[in-house]
Amino acid sequence: MAAPRALQECRAFPRLLGARRPYSSAPCPDPLKGGILRYLCNRFYDIEYLVGWCAKLRYRNLRRKNAYYGYTKEIYGDNVAAAYFVLSNRGRVRFQGQETWFCVDWRGKYSSDFLQLRDVPVVAIDLSGSVLNYNGLDNLVKLTALRSLDLSRCPHVDDWTLSRLHVFKDSLEELSLAGCPQVTERGLACLHQLEHLRRLDLSHLPSVPTPGLIQILVEEMLPQCEVVGLAPDSGAQTSRDGREEPGVPSGARRAGEIPA
Amino acid sequence: MIRAGRLCRGLGRPRPLPLPAGGSAPRSRQLRTGLPQRRDLFRDLEKEVVKFQKKLKESLPGSDWDPLGTTKGLPPERADVVIVGGGVMGWSVAYWLKALEPRRDALRVVVIEKDPMYSQASTVLSAGGIRQQFSLPENIQMSLYSAFFLRTINEHLGVVNEPPIDIQFNPSGYLFLASENGAAVLEENVHIQRAEGAEVCLLSPAQLKKKYPWINTNDVAVASYGLENEGWFDPWSLLTAFRRKAMSMGVFQCFGEVTSFTISSREIMMPEGELTFSRINYVRVHMPNSLEYQPVECSLVVNAAGPWSQKLAEMAGVGIGPPDTQEGIKLPVEPRKRYIFVWHCPDGPGLDCPMLVDTTQAYFRREGTGGNYLGGLSPPEEEEPDIQDLEVDHNFFQEKIWPHLAHRVPVFKSLKVKSAWAGYYDYNTFDQNAVLGPHPLVENMLFITGFSGHGLQLSPAAGRAVAELILKGKFMTINMEKFSFNRFVSGEQVLERNII
Repeated sequence: MAAPRALQECRAFPRLLGARRPYSSAPCPDPLKGGILRYLCNRFYDIEYLVGWCAKLRYRNLRRKNAYYGYTKEIYGDNVAAAYFVLSNRGRVRFQGQETWFCVDWRGKYSSDFLQLRDVPVVAIDLSGSVLNYNGLDNLVKLTALRSLDLSRCPHVDDWTLSRLHVFKDSLEELSLAGCPQVTERGLACLHQLEHLRRLDLSHLPSVPTPGLIQILVEEMLPQCEVVGLAPDSGAQTSRDGREEPGVPSGARRAGEIPA
Repeated sequence: MIRAGRLCRGLGRPRPLPLPAGGSAPRSRQLRTGLPQRRDLFRDLEKEVVKFQKKLKESLPGSDWDPLGTTKGLPPERADVVIVGGGVMGWSVAYWLKALEPRRDALRVVVIEKDPMYSQASTVLSAGGIRQQFSLPENIQMSLYSAFFLRTINEHLGVVNEPPIDIQFNPSGYLFLASENGAAVLEENVHIQRAEGAEVCLLSPAQLKKKYPWINTNDVAVASYGLENEGWFDPWSLLTAFRRKAMSMGVFQCFGEVTSFTISSREIMMPEGELTFSRINYVRVHMPNSLEYQPVECSLVVNAAGPWSQKLAEMAGVGIGPPDTQEGIKLPVEPRKRYIFVWHCPDGPGLDCPMLVDTTQAYFRREGTGGNYLGGLSPPEEEEPDIQDLEVDHNFFQEKIWPHLAHRVPVFKSLKVKSAWAGYYDYNTFDQNAVLGPHPLVENMLFITGFSGHGLQLSPAAGRAVAELILKGKFMTINMEKFSFNRFVSGEQVLERNII
């Protein structure tokens, strides 16, 4: 009798360790499923304090990674500072008239050639999978020639961040928000400022409750823009010029596809 | 309790005599002639318990611990700060007091709210907008700080092991329209707003028409649109976030009504005459649905009662003196009823619909994505509705709001009202701005009230200002001396310049 019981508890143990429900407003239905940390927190003040302290450290780290590169900006100008910010966040950046992207290698190292391109505007930025948040945009807002911005799979891009993209309204043509867990339809509503937007990738947005309806509304709001990926049946979509396109191109897209 | 009873019984009763040897002999007659003196435990139980309780209390001076327990929900007997009013302002002050206190548990804060259901609270019945388009620099700074606070709300109000807070912020911006007469004021306001760091742009009628084809721009001279940090959010989420965080930091919550204050006063000769200075010593809190009450000894009272703050101030003796003296100056905050209507219009403005404030002061915004809209209008001074209850006057929409809406947005000619509700504004009749800071005569009463409809959006900053005033003795982040009670004494108005 005791052995199966013990086995059951063993099975429950990894669940206790791992379960986290990051972005939901509903309270956890079963307190046991909240994780062992939660269990300990409810009983020991020390653990609660430690967990609170860890959360504070995480926010501090996020702030550090999104810091304003004012010193670089003063010496090298807006474009180089933005490129430096993007590269140190393991992103990619392309300057006007260049075919190649400035990338980081697997160790996070990059060449400092971009320091020579002081007066060349940045036209494309790929920050997919980075920790960019609202504060990090401080480094990018001065890029008046930015045409393509990839923010796919950024866990800290939220509606406040989207509301700040209006600074690119005269230039931005391509925007990807695929796989951002915090983006909702409330933030998408303020993309109406981006009048020159030609392509908007909105696939895999888990916080958007009714993707089909939102796709229609976004298309209505941005009539000249091609909206990709919100509707549930958008495995492969036909764009306006009849070309077949994959529904989730964001991560694997290469430089050649972006209009220079 | 049982043990104590036994002890009493043991003392009260004479010890039985030891039985003589043999055991079989009959019990000997007692030597006394009177009736045996037996103390009935149950007759004296109540008295004994009270005596016992008193004794225990005396043995632990300065502590609230009660071994026998009392009614649940009573406020503590002593507190440093009593905040009257558990709306967003009250909880914001409570949170900031706890966040800024010099060491943990330095202050004992109690928040008293009379309505546990929040059924008439202004906080939860508001439309929930946030904007920077004010004309007073203080208000713009407060709003900017509040936007920053709401953006980083999880860093401030996140509780360990609770899900992250989502206040459902809609960053759609405010669009103010101005007619020929109001254009100059609007432009001037935008200059002030930009100087304070708000992102606001001006739009000509042609640009407006291009951006929002559904607007009729006939009598619009210029419009201003807030690009960042403006929009609307869910008031209830913000209130519960404040409350949850403050309670996790050790703030006491109590549902009850403050019925009176115990005040000590003294008269002091001042150059301008004899003035009566007073101090609140006890706050008397009545429990809901019962006769029970509890006096709370306190050193500071924060008046965050919103629409009812004038009544609360009168309990402390504000404004009940002769009419032309300092004691006779009332707190000029009144409840005013404002309606909010929700209507459905399937062909209405789309996802890009901002919070639009018309030249006639009628406003509306999108509510969700299903073609629902929400809006209202402040009635003119002489047509204020009765404030006895929160009944909605549906004719008000038909006669006053709808014509303006249909004129501005032609598709609203066909719409269907789905629901409506009313809420109270804490309307400052003097200059429609906040009252922040202490009263000049009642030394330990601080006001945080009179926001006249934009209290929700300024609550994080205003709460912080009052907490700074309590802990540091002055405003540290934003200087809000302008909003002190003294302006009612000097008669100097702090007015917002509204667009006509």
